[in-house]
Amino acid sequence: MPYFPHTPKEIEEMLSFLGKKSIEELFEDIPDEIKKRAKENFKLPPPISEIEIYKYIEEISNKNEGKDYLLFMGAGVYNHYIPPLVKKIISYPTFYTSYTPYQPEISQGILQAMFEYQSLICDLTGMEVANASLYEAGSGTAEASLMAYRINGRREILISQGVHPEYKEVLKTYLNALDLIYKEIPINERGETDINFLEKEISENTTCFIIQNPNFFGVIESRLNEISEIVHKNDSIFIYIFYPIALGILKPPSDYNADIAVAEGQCLGTPISFGGPYLGILATKYKFIRQIPGRLVGETKDIEGKRGFVLTLQTREQHIRRAKATSNICSNEALTALSAVVYLALLGKKGIKRIAELCFDRAHYAKRKILEEIKNVELTYPSYFFNEFVLKFPKPAYEIFNKLKEKKILAGIPLEKFFPDRKKELLLSFTEMNIKKEIDILVDNLREALK
Amino acid sequence: MYPTDRRYSKDHEWAKMENKNAIIGITYYAQKELGDIVYIDLPQIGKEVKKGEVIAVVESVKSASDIYSPLSGKIIKINEVLKEKPELLNEDPYNNGWIAILEVLNPDEYNELLSSDEYRSLIGES
Repeated sequence: MPYFPHTPKEIEEMLSFLGKKSIEELFEDIPDEIKKRAKENFKLPPPISEIEIYKYIEEISNKNEGKDYLLFMGAGVYNHYIPPLVKKIISYPTFYTSYTPYQPEISQGILQAMFEYQSLICDLTGMEVANASLYEAGSGTAEASLMAYRINGRREILISQGVHPEYKEVLKTYLNALDLIYKEIPINERGETDINFLEKEISENTTCFIIQNPNFFGVIESRLNEISEIVHKNDSIFIYIFYPIALGILKPPSDYNADIAVAEGQCLGTPISFGGPYLGILATKYKFIRQIPGRLVGETKDIEGKRGFVLTLQTREQHIRRAKATSNICSNEALTALSAVVYLALLGKKGIKRIAELCFDRAHYAKRKILEEIKNVELTYPSYFFNEFVLKFPKPAYEIFNKLKEKKILAGIPLEKFFPDRKKELLLSFTEMNIKKEIDILVDNLREALK
Repeated sequence: MYPTDRRYSKDHEWAKMENKNAIIGITYYAQKELGDIVYIDLPQIGKEVKKGEVIAVVESVKSASDIYSPLSGKIIKINEVLKEKPELLNEDPYNNGWIAILEVLNPDEYNELLSSDEYRSLIGES
């Protein structure tokens, strides 16, 4: 099969049109040094058969470690069980390969799936309207902030220190090109947002306050009603980053009068994978519907009065409003959103609650066992938590992490990765996948490593 | 179609003076070109605008268009009814479909706008 689309004749025609004698001349602006390096690096081996290719790729893929590791890493991305039906349904070619369903005449299936996704996100969060998804929670956080700015025109973004450091980085990247101010509200010794500090900092310039619950350190914020009141009394927008699975046992964002709710939706049926694709969830109040970024699917009736689905309010979007679009996002994560809707539909209200209880129980079992059985270890934050907590060791967390890694246990995420001065702390995460036996192995090995 | 009690901009807005204030709206021609208007994004009261700056965005079924202020001044009133009934922009662009009232900064700007006749010849309707 020819992988190179142009014939030598076509190449010659193009070169002569450009007035160039050769491809080398076409690329003469590229420095020789780079060309030399490229030549050295692009030494492709001779062609091989399909069978050989498969074997070769398999060999590489077998180098992947991790499958047989015990996993206690979380921090926004969680190892939840994915029912096989999720993969089965998203693998239908009609879903798997369909793209940009602009034409309702031929896209009812995918449009209906996105509409169901939006509806279930609203059920889960208690919010009134959800979009058809964004890329991941980081862009969701940034888009929510810009939405707040469009709503009230104020220029100062307040964000809790407890928000995931990567979401903050994405937000700051968005803000690079905008004349908006970014200010962090610290967390206190309990790991909760410092409410007094917030009260002092919030002003008529504050467009929004962003909080994450449970926060990056696993801590459950216990004064959300008061925080919400402070934010709303100031006519600012309350942005609430949630963990979808945790909503099985925690109150939904709507109970705290959140104006915009954002989440990483990977936990809803999408496997852990370096670089994604993940799922940005964004939901809001109906009155802000015009300011929503990205795609939105609506229910309507066709000319025969039958139920149908369309992309709606597209005048917000870039292909119509150009530079004045609510967002430069003109797409969505349809496949991961589909995973989420299948996952949510399969589990239902009871299923989500059960998964949440399992995560909670496993994490609390682990905490109890670690504190009872291991000396010299303490919790950084003595607070309520859902399925994650931070441990503080007498020695560097990376040292312990590496020791356990040798035994095929990924014990958590050393906080040093995100906070260079926090060398002795480890963020541990637990889901329904971490059965009791595995937790016992983790605790034994932690004890051994700390001897 | 183009009342003589007001003046017109090349961008198809009209302004009508009432004491020191000007009522602003879009012309019959503008609404006809836009088609069925389904939404208007109104400005905030108190906002100061210069002549030619965007004061509102209207959306028809398939497009979004900026509405430019024909005069400089401060917005003192907006037509809240349009939020619920944007179709008034189509049905009654000169009366119930008004968009905003402006406290005019520079009355000379009003005289620089087009008369009904001038505007009609601009759009080729004589």
